[in-house]
Amino acid sequence: MNLPVIIKFVIDLLAVLLLALGIKGLSKVKSARDANRLAAFAMSLSVIGLLSYYLGTSGIAIQSWIWIIIGSIIGSLFGAILAKKVPMTSMPETVALFNGCGGMSSLLVALGVAIFPISNSVENLDFFKSLINEVSISVSIFVGAITFTGSIVAMAKLQGWLSTPGWTQSKVRHFVNIVFAVASLIAFFDLINGNTSSIWLLVIVSSLLGIGVTLPIGGADMPVVISLLNSYSGIAAAAAGFVVDSQLLIVAGAMVGAAGLILTQVMCKGMNRSLVSVLFGGSLSAQSTASSGSGEYTNITSCSVEECALTLEAANKVIIVPGYGLAVAQAQHTLREVTKKLEQNGIEVVYAIHPVAGRMPGHMNVLLAEADVPYEQLKEMDVVNPDFPATDVVLVLGANDVVNPQAKNDSSSPLYGMPVLDVQEARTVFVIKRGMSAGYSGIKNDLFDLPNTSMVFGDAKKVLNDLIGELKDLGVGEK
Amino acid sequence: MSFISLLWVLLLGSLLGLELIGKVPPTLHTPLMSGANAISGITMLAALTLIVKAEGNIPLLIIGSVSLGFALFNVVGGFFVTDRMLAMFSRKPSNKK
Repeated sequence: MNLPVIIKFVIDLLAVLLLALGIKGLSKVKSARDANRLAAFAMSLSVIGLLSYYLGTSGIAIQSWIWIIIGSIIGSLFGAILAKKVPMTSMPETVALFNGCGGMSSLLVALGVAIFPISNSVENLDFFKSLINEVSISVSIFVGAITFTGSIVAMAKLQGWLSTPGWTQSKVRHFVNIVFAVASLIAFFDLINGNTSSIWLLVIVSSLLGIGVTLPIGGADMPVVISLLNSYSGIAAAAAGFVVDSQLLIVAGAMVGAAGLILTQVMCKGMNRSLVSVLFGGSLSAQSTASSGSGEYTNITSCSVEECALTLEAANKVIIVPGYGLAVAQAQHTLREVTKKLEQNGIEVVYAIHPVAGRMPGHMNVLLAEADVPYEQLKEMDVVNPDFPATDVVLVLGANDVVNPQAKNDSSSPLYGMPVLDVQEARTVFVIKRGMSAGYSGIKNDLFDLPNTSMVFGDAKKVLNDLIGELKDLGVGEK
Repeated sequence: MSFISLLWVLLLGSLLGLELIGKVPPTLHTPLMSGANAISGITMLAALTLIVKAEGNIPLLIIGSVSLGFALFNVVGGFFVTDRMLAMFSRKPSNKK
């Protein structure tokens, strides 16, 4: 072992340690920000380690430096600009886009090695070693391609650029995807048999498979898909680690892969969906309209903003239930103004956060934190549920399925068993909603029919603005 | 590095990941996903290796460079966006009446 090897070994070890500490730190609110920086530092460290190793051993040609600099500057610049500019409400699709590009990177590395075998990896390899090489290249391409196209489709669907085509809800899609999967397998074995050109077949069919698998999945399940794809990009990175013989890549990739799986599991639990039904069940709304839950509403009470303000003024305890509609309306700051007024009047205000409110776990927390809502006021579902009976007013803002009592009462409902917020236990419930349309699941919400529920129709932001006006007229929060 | 020891690395890395991430409050799931996602851009090391070992092979240099660009887009963007999210959490509730 010479010096460059030892230095690289030490740096790699340090980088792995720091990455692990970074991920661990990200799990606590206090340390999260520092931990993120620590992880970023570890990543830069790993680059320095690799470059110094090559400088100390084979050297790096000027030409290589030029291409390194071009790639780094362009990639970093676009990444930084997008990260600074993107609004907080489109966080899920941004993560999807970044993730897809990570997958693309692994794919390209494997493709490059496959077409132009790099010096030390293929020459004088025995059969076993070249087999491993081909398997890791294939896995890297397969997973990388699925990650890329799947993430792009997920992003396009979240952005509303792409809707779910009707045919993808029929059984045909399973057949199509099986064809893609079998074709990838054929390409894989062909590749191992030494037919290098079948690598293109592998690229094409695995890309199509990524599209075919993601396209039928409905908007409600998108967070699960993004989380799963996040896990895939880790696996792709680990596979690329086998391709270029890098332990650091394998460790980091495996850690991310495991992280994505755990997150995916958590999200599935929160939505009462199994991973299998998310991946193969198609869009939830397409199933349920056919079976149950398309009943008519019989007892809708609608009320004005003024009534809502009067009730709020008289309350002692108010719970806010924010949902995706709040995010779409970009109304988090307006909401904060309303709650500030209520607090100034001595009314206790708490935010009830369902684990899958919004489009990703934690999405609501991010949005509300942006509007300066104190962290202590955000309560998780299990903590806040016992409080509802002692609550005067619940404001449901753009949330739907997560407050549907059917999940508890109606065993025939597709939502049955999903943990929900027991808002109906409160004395009065106001649901601020644009119209009577159903939520993500496409299922009727029994809450709206209950006698203690009143609907306030309108865009969340507009209603909240009106509410501020009404509260002002009542003299709330002006002391 | 022999293949078998690389497999051990893979196994231990996965177990480490499961253990590290097992206990995260839902609040931090989006930032965590975004941060973990940035780390998956570690493939930039593979892209770098490709470029260094290309030995003047122009198509390979281009593939490596594009791959490096994609990876860094993921890494830099991912860490910045995570930092932006976390900056909101760390803000102290100073404006209490």
